[in-house]
Amino acid sequence: MARNKEKLVLLLDVGPSMHSVLPEVEKVCSMLVEKKLIFRKNDEVGVVVFGTEETNNDLTKEVGGYDHIVVLEDIKVVDGDLIDTLQKLPHGTVDGDFLDAIVVGMDMLIKKYKDIHKGKKRLCLITNAVHPIKDSLEGTKEDQVETIAAQMTAQGMKMESVVVRGRLSQDANKRIMDENDRLLSIFSKQTLTRTVYVDSPTSLLGALKTRRITPVTVFRGDLELSPDMKIKVWVYKRTQEEKFPTLKKYSEKAPQTNKFATHQVKVDYEYKTVDGASKVVPPEQRIKGYRYGPQVVPISAAEWDAVKFKPEKGVKLLGFTDASNIMRHYYMKDVYLFIAEPGNTRAILSVSAIARAMKEMNKVAILRCVWRQGQQNVVLGVLTPNISQNDKIPDSFYFNVLPFIEDVREYQFPSFNSFPVSWQPNEQQQKAADELVQMLNLAPSGKEEALLPDYTPNPVLERFYRHLELKSKQPDAAVPPLDGTLKRITEPDPELFFENKSVIDALRKHFELKENPKLKKSARRLLREKPSGSNDEDGDADVSDAQAVNSIEKALVVKIEKIGDLTPVQDFEVILSRRDSPEWVGKAIKEMRDKILGLLSDSHEGDNHLIAVECIAALRKGCILEQEPEPYNNFLRYLNPYCQQKGMSNFWQLLASRELTLVSKSEAADSDVTDNEARRFFVKTEPKPKD
Amino acid sequence: MDLDPEDVFKDEEDGSDNEFFQQSASSKEYVVYLVDASPKMFNTTCPGKDQKDETHFHLAVSCIAESLKTQIISRSYDEVAICFFNTREKKNLQDLNGVFVFNVAEREHLDRPTARLIKEFDCLQESFMREIGSQYGIVPGSRENSLYNALWVAQALLRKGSIKTADKRILLLTNEDDPFGGLLGAAKADMTRTSLQRAKDAQDLGISIELLPLSCPDEEFNVKVFYADLLGLDGEDLVQFMPSAGQKLEDMKDQLRKRMFTRRIIRRITFDITNGLSIQLNTYALIRPAVPGAITWLDSVTNLPLKIERSLICEDTGALIQEPPKRFQPYRNENVKFSMDEISEMKGISTGCLRLLGFKPLSCLKDYHNLRPSTFVYPSDQEVVGSTCIFIALYRSMLRLKRFAVAFYGSSSHPQLVALVAQDEVAKAGVQIEPPGINMIYLPYSDDIRDVEEIFPDTDDDAPRADEDQIQKAAALIKRIDMRDFSVSQFANPETLCSTAGSSSRRR
Repeated sequence: MARNKEKLVLLLDVGPSMHSVLPEVEKVCSMLVEKKLIFRKNDEVGVVVFGTEETNNDLTKEVGGYDHIVVLEDIKVVDGDLIDTLQKLPHGTVDGDFLDAIVVGMDMLIKKYKDIHKGKKRLCLITNAVHPIKDSLEGTKEDQVETIAAQMTAQGMKMESVVVRGRLSQDANKRIMDENDRLLSIFSKQTLTRTVYVDSPTSLLGALKTRRITPVTVFRGDLELSPDMKIKVWVYKRTQEEKFPTLKKYSEKAPQTNKFATHQVKVDYEYKTVDGASKVVPPEQRIKGYRYGPQVVPISAAEWDAVKFKPEKGVKLLGFTDASNIMRHYYMKDVYLFIAEPGNTRAILSVSAIARAMKEMNKVAILRCVWRQGQQNVVLGVLTPNISQNDKIPDSFYFNVLPFIEDVREYQFPSFNSFPVSWQPNEQQQKAADELVQMLNLAPSGKEEALLPDYTPNPVLERFYRHLELKSKQPDAAVPPLDGTLKRITEPDPELFFENKSVIDALRKHFELKENPKLKKSARRLLREKPSGSNDEDGDADVSDAQAVNSIEKALVVKIEKIGDLTPVQDFEVILSRRDSPEWVGKAIKEMRDKILGLLSDSHEGDNHLIAVECIAALRKGCILEQEPEPYNNFLRYLNPYCQQKGMSNFWQLLASRELTLVSKSEAADSDVTDNEARRFFVKTEPKPKD
Repeated sequence: MDLDPEDVFKDEEDGSDNEFFQQSASSKEYVVYLVDASPKMFNTTCPGKDQKDETHFHLAVSCIAESLKTQIISRSYDEVAICFFNTREKKNLQDLNGVFVFNVAEREHLDRPTARLIKEFDCLQESFMREIGSQYGIVPGSRENSLYNALWVAQALLRKGSIKTADKRILLLTNEDDPFGGLLGAAKADMTRTSLQRAKDAQDLGISIELLPLSCPDEEFNVKVFYADLLGLDGEDLVQFMPSAGQKLEDMKDQLRKRMFTRRIIRRITFDITNGLSIQLNTYALIRPAVPGAITWLDSVTNLPLKIERSLICEDTGALIQEPPKRFQPYRNENVKFSMDEISEMKGISTGCLRLLGFKPLSCLKDYHNLRPSTFVYPSDQEVVGSTCIFIALYRSMLRLKRFAVAFYGSSSHPQLVALVAQDEVAKAGVQIEPPGINMIYLPYSDDIRDVEEIFPDTDDDAPRADEDQIQKAAALIKRIDMRDFSVSQFANPETLCSTAGSSSRRR
């Protein structure tokens, strides 16, 4: 552990032009220290601010100059005080000189560690670099930077610079910014410096890696192109989900007075028989069973061993193929990086040649990988070229896992072209959609790409660590709401949406959404879903959401309470689906019955019969849907003598031909009519069989 | 492959991954395979591989057998019934003619598939003629209507369970596009009408009827003759149901097999395009690692399953802890405690819907922006009418402009940024290979990305780069080992094959 202890000096620009992002600087730096307190307790950190009114650093005392730079914290093992310091950074009054700050930081590291701990010493600079650095006494600014860079390399120091631009630098002097950028790029070229430009406070939170995980290889060995052609490679994880920390269980059983209580919880497992006895079965009496449908097949450890698949470790090329043969959505897991064995020039050149050829020819490679000996599974995946943009960094490959046959479900979906015309967007609608896709642009040219995964922090983790810090001071602190900076990740950017208001309005105008009236109220979940969670802080978005939903609902539910003459079937269905009172079902059925009888008695030479049949069909369907067989069956039994009396046997035959018989048990469980009875209903009652 | 209890109960909060990878018993599917066993199914053959012709009946039965075998491993909660119609013998609860429900001992008619069902169904081909027999059920002059009877029996089989917790489907396999073709006049009209009504009633009860038509070599199955009405298809939907005539056996099998899958919805979600414009989407898991069958612990004496009981014990006092314990994180020399409520509140950062944030060119989606298998998204007008129309419009715009949407998917377990990438439909030989829709790709956060390229740069010199000559040599190599027709999922996972073979050999 000690070997990996990092020694870090934070160089923070607190000058007036940085004030607006200082809250984010404070957050990202305290997060950095907070994570160190949990994961890397032995790391050492110092804090330097520049752009302050005051001056307080060793160099100014020793050699003079280096004004407006204050060492807030000397380099020391991380502790809670450091976070307190970082949470209230001083607001400076003068424009800072970042190069001076770098020198002060280097001086601190050199004094404390001499030239040991090479590669573990790091500087982290956060500035907007919009103000000129002082002219050098001898030579140009470039010369000066080169001297410092050489020294940095000699001392084995790394640097990370985060340059905050965007809105902050709108009125800054372009010439000065260019000069500063050029100077900073010298560090990137000549030292181990990673320079990141960010536009928004949100990406500032993500740009600085707050937790450094020591990379571990997944595989070291040969990439076998053919049995006699092999390249030495190392494989790392390129992405891996940083999970919500697994928190330990806390026991409150120990008395408060017990100072030595661990409060730990032990989790114990017991295997018991399922019969009434619930006997504990000892481990040697247990055997594994493999589920096969509802049955379980017992298989002993020896048998498992026999069927176990034991592939040989190795990474083998199956072949190259067109990049277009591999769809992006087939990528299954987190991503690996294949690099040539460090220091092995032949390997680096081979990887470089193949990667560049693949890129030119638009090809990818398919590999079969077994990372470790004894590993049971084989991984199939695709290797894609990663051409390095940085002269210092060799070319490499990305590797993504692909699915096996069993992993793919080949569902079939209707082609959009086969949908009815009413579902197809018309020309204006398509145009409105095109506009939206073009205008709501998160990656405008010449500006930072918004929400770039590489600079977008996980809002849940941010929130956890902030809450942890709060709670350590105040145990009953509430969960902090998502602040505006983090909301840029979870919610649309109001500014972007406001700028494109006309496009959005056009979209709204051209498309109409309706709640499906046929759907039962109970199932209408979608439009009414209440936003829950953390949006209690400001509810503007949600309020307008709710209003929009309300207006949809209002427009939709024209309350129908009676079955009219025009569309009796539809009216019936609407009333039936009303769920605001349990009485509607009974009411709908009664209304429908009256309507049918009305139709029949008003009928003149059978002109209403067809409508009446439709109504009866709807009634039957409704009674089955509501599982209310009685009203329908009673009604039908009543209609039988009614039709005979009124001499409407052809109407009765119409019903028979539509199979609108009694609702049977198989259709509604409450029915007292058997299937047979239902089938025979018309035969029995029909005076003369049809054929 | 060992089942470590620690893993099973790893952490309540981590349970979220399970829903991602496994099916729950609550989304069951009930399927009735309704297979036409008329002489026409036995007389019609389609050309197989080595000059071996197979009858349509054989084709249907072998596809069902295959799908049962997949199902017992991957979706064993689903229940099936197998029902033949146009049979000589009858066997059904309703005692209707010409319908035979196939079943084996120790199993309800509609039940989870068992090893025995699969085994006996495999042998069915030989005994079919003897025991069940093929016979036209619809003949002029009789009032029998075997199709009607079959639908009735199937509907009755599906009476089990509520439509809310289970998807109910009837899969109808036939090569007769005009079942009442032999009849005339009133009799034909009557039978047509009653059968359509029967089908409609079933559909009204929430049962979906799907047709898997088999085309005869000389004549295409014409859905319009009869089945379009039965299935309630409109003009344009019909295109879907057109199998091409004279297809090769393998293609037909492939097509049948694919059609037997249900499109199981994982979730219905709301897609917030802007305030006040929210559409409904269904999500589907088209690609998920197949988990080799779950392992259960058994008592080796009785072979009965064991239950695993977990107890929490306080290490200080030895007392059993009943209530869900608080959690803690050691920090700044003390234990900071969190209640479960606080933890879920911290994670609940969004409303659970998918919110559009904007669009980016496809080139912004890098190869390393990946964490988990993607999810397929397809629109639905079921709850919000008009959803499909907006979806198609955005989908077409994104395809044409080569852009993808960035959205925030606020699921309670994994609130995450996602890329929504439109996928054009791809079909080969009448079989859909890539369905049209949008794939949701889960994007990493900066916390999840590791800049490992930067570990070993050589500070003194630039990194070695291949020159043009070396690149040309590599290009020649690539050309030599080119797999022109590679497609994903050509390979079966050797591990799953191994364990499945092991257990199925055991059960005999």
